[in-house]
Amino acid sequence: MYPSRFRYEAPRTIDEAIQLLHEGGAEAKVLAGGQSLVPLMKLRFAAPELLVDINNLPGLDHLDVAADGGIRVGALCRHRDLERSLDVAQAQPVMAAAAPLIADPVVRTRGTLVGSLCHADPQGDWAAVVTALGGHVVAQGPGGRRDIAITDFVTGPFQNVLAYDEVAVEAVLPPPRARVAGGFLKLERRVGDFATAGTAVALEIDGDRVVRAGIALTGVGSRTVDARAAADSLVGQGLTGEAIMRAADLAAEAAQPTSDHRGSAAYKRHVIHTFVTRILTRVSQTSEAAA
Amino acid sequence: MTATEPAPTTSRALDEIKIGGMGASRKRVEDNRFLRGRGHYVDDVVLPGMLHMEILRSPVAHARIVSIDASRAWDIPGVRLVLTGEMMATRNLAWMPTLSYDTQAVLATDKVRFQGQEVACVIADDPYIAKDACEAIEVEYEQLPVIVNPTQATAPDAPIIRDDKEGQADNVIFDWEVGDRAGTDRAFAEADHVSTIRMHYPRSHPSPLECCGSVADFDRATGKLTVYMTTQAPHIVRAAVALIAELPEHLIRIVSPDLGGGFGNKVPVYPGYVMSILASILLERPVKWIEDRSGNLISTGFGRDVYLEGEMALRRDGKILAVRMHTDSDHGAFFGDAQPSKFKIGLLHSTFSCYDIPTAHLTARGVYTNKAPGGVAYRCSFRVTEAMFFQERMMQAAADELGIDQAEFRRMNFVRDDDFPHRTPFGFLTDSGQYAKCLQVGLDAIDYEGFRREQAEAAKQGRLLGIGISCMTEPLGAGNSREYDILGIKMFDSAELRVHMTGKAILRTGAKSQGQGHETTWAQIVAHELGIPAEDIVVEEGDTDTAPFGMGTYASRSTPVAGAAVAMVSRKIRAKARKLAAHLLEVSEEDVEWELGRFYVRSAPDRGVTIQECAMAAYSNMPDGLEPGLEANAYYDPPNLTWPFGCYIVTVEVDPMTGVWDVLRVVAVDDCGVRINPMIVEGQIMGGLTEAYAMSSMQFITFDADGNCIGSNFMDYLLPTAWETPGYELHEVVTPCPHHPIGAKGIGECATVGGPAAFVNAVMDAVKQYGVRNVDMPLLPDRVYEAITQRHDVSGAPPIRTDA
Repeated sequence: MYPSRFRYEAPRTIDEAIQLLHEGGAEAKVLAGGQSLVPLMKLRFAAPELLVDINNLPGLDHLDVAADGGIRVGALCRHRDLERSLDVAQAQPVMAAAAPLIADPVVRTRGTLVGSLCHADPQGDWAAVVTALGGHVVAQGPGGRRDIAITDFVTGPFQNVLAYDEVAVEAVLPPPRARVAGGFLKLERRVGDFATAGTAVALEIDGDRVVRAGIALTGVGSRTVDARAAADSLVGQGLTGEAIMRAADLAAEAAQPTSDHRGSAAYKRHVIHTFVTRILTRVSQTSEAAA
Repeated sequence: MTATEPAPTTSRALDEIKIGGMGASRKRVEDNRFLRGRGHYVDDVVLPGMLHMEILRSPVAHARIVSIDASRAWDIPGVRLVLTGEMMATRNLAWMPTLSYDTQAVLATDKVRFQGQEVACVIADDPYIAKDACEAIEVEYEQLPVIVNPTQATAPDAPIIRDDKEGQADNVIFDWEVGDRAGTDRAFAEADHVSTIRMHYPRSHPSPLECCGSVADFDRATGKLTVYMTTQAPHIVRAAVALIAELPEHLIRIVSPDLGGGFGNKVPVYPGYVMSILASILLERPVKWIEDRSGNLISTGFGRDVYLEGEMALRRDGKILAVRMHTDSDHGAFFGDAQPSKFKIGLLHSTFSCYDIPTAHLTARGVYTNKAPGGVAYRCSFRVTEAMFFQERMMQAAADELGIDQAEFRRMNFVRDDDFPHRTPFGFLTDSGQYAKCLQVGLDAIDYEGFRREQAEAAKQGRLLGIGISCMTEPLGAGNSREYDILGIKMFDSAELRVHMTGKAILRTGAKSQGQGHETTWAQIVAHELGIPAEDIVVEEGDTDTAPFGMGTYASRSTPVAGAAVAMVSRKIRAKARKLAAHLLEVSEEDVEWELGRFYVRSAPDRGVTIQECAMAAYSNMPDGLEPGLEANAYYDPPNLTWPFGCYIVTVEVDPMTGVWDVLRVVAVDDCGVRINPMIVEGQIMGGLTEAYAMSSMQFITFDADGNCIGSNFMDYLLPTAWETPGYELHEVVTPCPHHPIGAKGIGECATVGGPAAFVNAVMDAVKQYGVRNVDMPLLPDRVYEAITQRHDVSGAPPIRTDA
């Protein structure tokens, strides 16, 4: 496993990093956790001429959970930090459910959430979570910072909307307006495997009514699927058996899986249906128990 | 009580466990350096002036090579040599013989026959340059139709893969049969019931953590070729190099240093080794080749890929009257099975050896396909894995059809303890075992009746629980020279023991550890025979200049063959030491008795000498007429294979909504005879069970219709982690091997061989109510779900199903 020749730079400031990316143009890549990029380079599926290592940049390793429940995840915040954060566990059950299912412990120690969003693997987990939560990415380039909604950020398989001289500096999850609930389920054949199919469900519940819902799917399309119709069908409703079934039907419809060695398209669609049903049923049971 | 009684003569024999002898769970001495990162592997070998080799592999599965243009590669600074098939052919090295008397391309000349086949190689100053140069080689391919399974291979209009072979008019390698066809037909005619089942044992891969590699170093001045390489059988390689490359055998030195696992992957001779040797001869520089993971998974020796049509003739009361089997085996582009028997399908006909079957017949057909060659590796003792998997799946299907309990059906058909020696339906001779006892230990451990009740209760709530049993005895040892050989070399093994004057010793054998713990256990055998503490014995293997000639380590043969040689060489040493003891004690040899660690005078037990004192005398005070020194060697040719028995019982729960299944419990009962180091034996069993779990749940190499390999990296070819690997409950029964000097039987492969059927049988038991009789391994969730919802058997045969 020997990558092609490349230039390596490890700048100390974000401006320097942006300048390097600007010079490198389309042949430059940002290195954060390296858990996807480095294997791709070793397989020579990726052969960037310039690697800009952002691990020395100050102020990017934050994980801020605000009092209002809003969360900011810096570009150097590792999966492990999210997995071990009590604040995250209390503020966002969806993130807390997903964090321990990201890859394996070795990858979680180095890999980053923001890097995972940028990599835009259709089988990635975090993009589904951030989509379900209605989050956005903050990008910094020569012209300053801009916010990009996650649904606009990922444009296709392994493609994002960033300009070549922009760095994704953080991901932002908005503060909830009501009680949060939800979950993340993924079918994998083994720890560290990519998702055969996975589902993130994020709810905000006021009393017994859903006031906001997000449902996003992974592994069942050429990019993360935002199952908007399924989520919208829950808003204003209680989590009745009928509502759950309708949302699961709509989510399965939104999936665009293909058959491969991990399973047939019909099977993956069925798994999405089952997972949406299971997460919503568990939320409704927990809510009933709490009430 | 009056007068003081004379003190009883107490034995001064050493405590065997304390000196690390037989039965001691001694810590593995090799782990000291492995755990400290101080192992010395092939990739750690760095020689002055060493160059690096990288291989260009075919991206397509079947294509005629129109042209190869390497000019751009030659132009890259640092490139020393580019080899193509055409250049190899000028040295008559474009093709090489396989261990199954076929030929295999070293570098493709006419066409490529599988994805990943070696097309060219580059030798350069560093591996990055070599890799860059590989990418600069332009190859034009003219694509040909692709074959990925036996059905395609035997279709009337199938393209002929081996058009290089004269007289090869189709893709069939062999049609072979064994057993009694007429007798079996008669038994089937008289049967009350015939049970039939079809299945595919998928292609899997040994995938040792260390891939293959070599450092070839040809010295023009001395004419000596030294090759450091990843091989489980260094002496066979030396013989092969001498025969193929026509180099003088005494000027070839093969060194197999520490190996990072083998599992059979490192038995064959691969093109990469041959190319590095030729490159070193041409360049007169050391040449290192280290295979990458994809190269290892896509091109080197795999396991299984066999299709079964099995039939069992049954009497209503459960007695098996006869077994009939037909297999189609997919060998890939070259028939490269690394197995030493004259049987075309390895030891597949060791199937049903633990059952009392009056008659049986097996037909086997092997075919070429556009897939990597290989065929027996992955901890399986030459297709015994398939034999026992098919057997135990057929047993389950038959019991279910007859409505007889799984355990009872096995028990009533077992060979009984007093029936040994027993001739199996295909002619093997089994010699010992307590099959029913092992099964009972397993049933008690898992609480069989209790689980059946729990299963019935769970079913009322719609939960699917299942229990699977797998029992088997298997032929382990790859020995006895009458029936087994590799390239004509008989399957014995060897040991050489040198006891130094201070009583410390060095032991060398013809086996080659790749994780089995030889450095630990061989010393324990010597300690058992001589009373020299195990820590005083160093064990060395793998260097053909120093090790005695042996056939290497695979097929669980180390302890049955080389281990026996260790016992025998120790006994030779003891016989000489006895003469020295008689001399030191000034008595005749007949008056000398032995107890562990010392000789003593029979009539005066207090008068004795230790083995260490004898060793000193061998160099400083030998009697007249006795040769100095205390060294010996022994070659051991076992009279038979060894026949361990295993009983594996697994319970599972299947999620009917997703097809996901979880293992609840695994109970293993192994009878491998006398255990030298119980801890190492248990480690072998746990490792084997983990591989069994892997194959049954997640692990396979498959292909799409274009012959693209799916499973050429660890993203697609899955190794279980500690997270999902179930816990194991191990039990033992000991029936010593009647012909092995210390009563031991092979164990390395038992759980890998017997385990998979237990997992599969458990899942099949859980979903029995849906009318499903077989789901091919691996039992991926989507396959189980399809079986439950569609109520039909699910095939896993390639090509993979796609939407197109």
